[in-house]
Amino acid sequence: MEEQEKLARFQERIDSGQKIEPKDWMPERYRKQLTRMISQHAHSEIVGMLPEGNWITRAPSLRRKVALLAKVQDEAGHGLYLYSAVETLGVTREDVINEYLEGRAKYSSIFNYPTLTWADIGAIGWLVDGAAIINQTMLARGSYGPYSRAMVRICKEESFHNRQGYEIIYTLAQGTPEQKQMAQDALNRWWQPAIQMVGPPDDNSPNSAETMRWQIKVESNDVIRQRFIDRTVPQAHAAGLTIPDDQLKFNEETGHWETGPIDWDEFWRVVKGNGPCNRQRIQDRINAEREGQWVLDAAAAYAKKQGKKQLTLTE
Amino acid sequence: MSHVKEGAHGILWEVFIQSKPGIPHKHAGNVHAHDAEQALTNARDVYTRRMEGVSIWVIPANLVTASAGEDSDAFFDPAEDKVYRHPTFYTVPEGVKYL
Ligand SMILES: [Fe+2]
Ligand SMILES: [Fe+2]
Repeated sequence: MEEQEKLARFQERIDSGQKIEPKDWMPERYRKQLTRMISQHAHSEIVGMLPEGNWITRAPSLRRKVALLAKVQDEAGHGLYLYSAVETLGVTREDVINEYLEGRAKYSSIFNYPTLTWADIGAIGWLVDGAAIINQTMLARGSYGPYSRAMVRICKEESFHNRQGYEIIYTLAQGTPEQKQMAQDALNRWWQPAIQMVGPPDDNSPNSAETMRWQIKVESNDVIRQRFIDRTVPQAHAAGLTIPDDQLKFNEETGHWETGPIDWDEFWRVVKGNGPCNRQRIQDRINAEREGQWVLDAAAAYAKKQGKKQLTLTE
Repeated sequence: MSHVKEGAHGILWEVFIQSKPGIPHKHAGNVHAHDAEQALTNARDVYTRRMEGVSIWVIPANLVTASAGEDSDAFFDPAEDKVYRHPTFYTVPEGVKYL
């Protein structure tokens, strides 16, 4: 079949709502866009464990500690689902991870902010996982089978993350004045990064047109961001907290919350590697790989010694 | 030098989970592991953290042979025109029961 004809047939399949599977023909650009998106997503799940891991040993109660531990463990699982999904596109997990550790891959900019107080753990679960759920629910409807199935699985696990975060924030907001202030302070610091995290405005999102034509993404950044804002503002108010935006207002006609200007310069600065924690996050991941190497070596040595169903990549 | 050596995470395994006794195992995803035993424990930790399964199968991904998605029309063609394999193909006289 001619390339043009193949492309047309491919677009037809997508438009009719069929999922594309790993062995199907796909345009090189489709493969590239997906490889980029899924690996960035995988890195984000893994690097996202760092700011939260920072508070596991200092969680204020056993209840909070087991919940946070379980959440962070889920994120490790999310990273694994996604690294598996990206491998179906013909790259190896080792390659994809190296790209990230060598600073050649992006990941969600929000994980480059520090977690200064316990309330930040609440803010992450509430805001970051909240925005992630909306984005991932959309991605679950996407055209690439393995990615969309990974999203379905992930979404099932996310809602506990979101609720545990909100519970932390809400509890602090009903506590002593100092505790309430701590919750408000966390919201003040995380609000802008959270509304930026689903990506730049549609007219300045270089990949959007293509990823939407191929239904890798089925809704635009602006739509996702607005949905997040509309759901989150009333949640803040229910906790007695104030969204740090004095231009925020409810538009009776459209039924949407309208925000003041979003600081996109800040967003691009962090994406380009100059957020408060970018360097530390990569260094921590490099150290984790290095310090964990002996576990992998031991597992390989054990498998070899046992001689049990040991199979090599070249089989 | 790269941080993670090629093959450092072992090989790729396909994971199948039986969610309740008596029903078929269903494909759940993948793990990396150096041997079957490790693949099983990894699969347990990744795919059954919320009691999603009572039994797990793992199989090296490179041992799976799959029909090609693109040729699926031709591949499944022999079954396409055999409507007589379905009960609705046959007419039953009015009033006759238990057929
Ligand atoms: Fe996640
Ligand atoms: Fe999460």
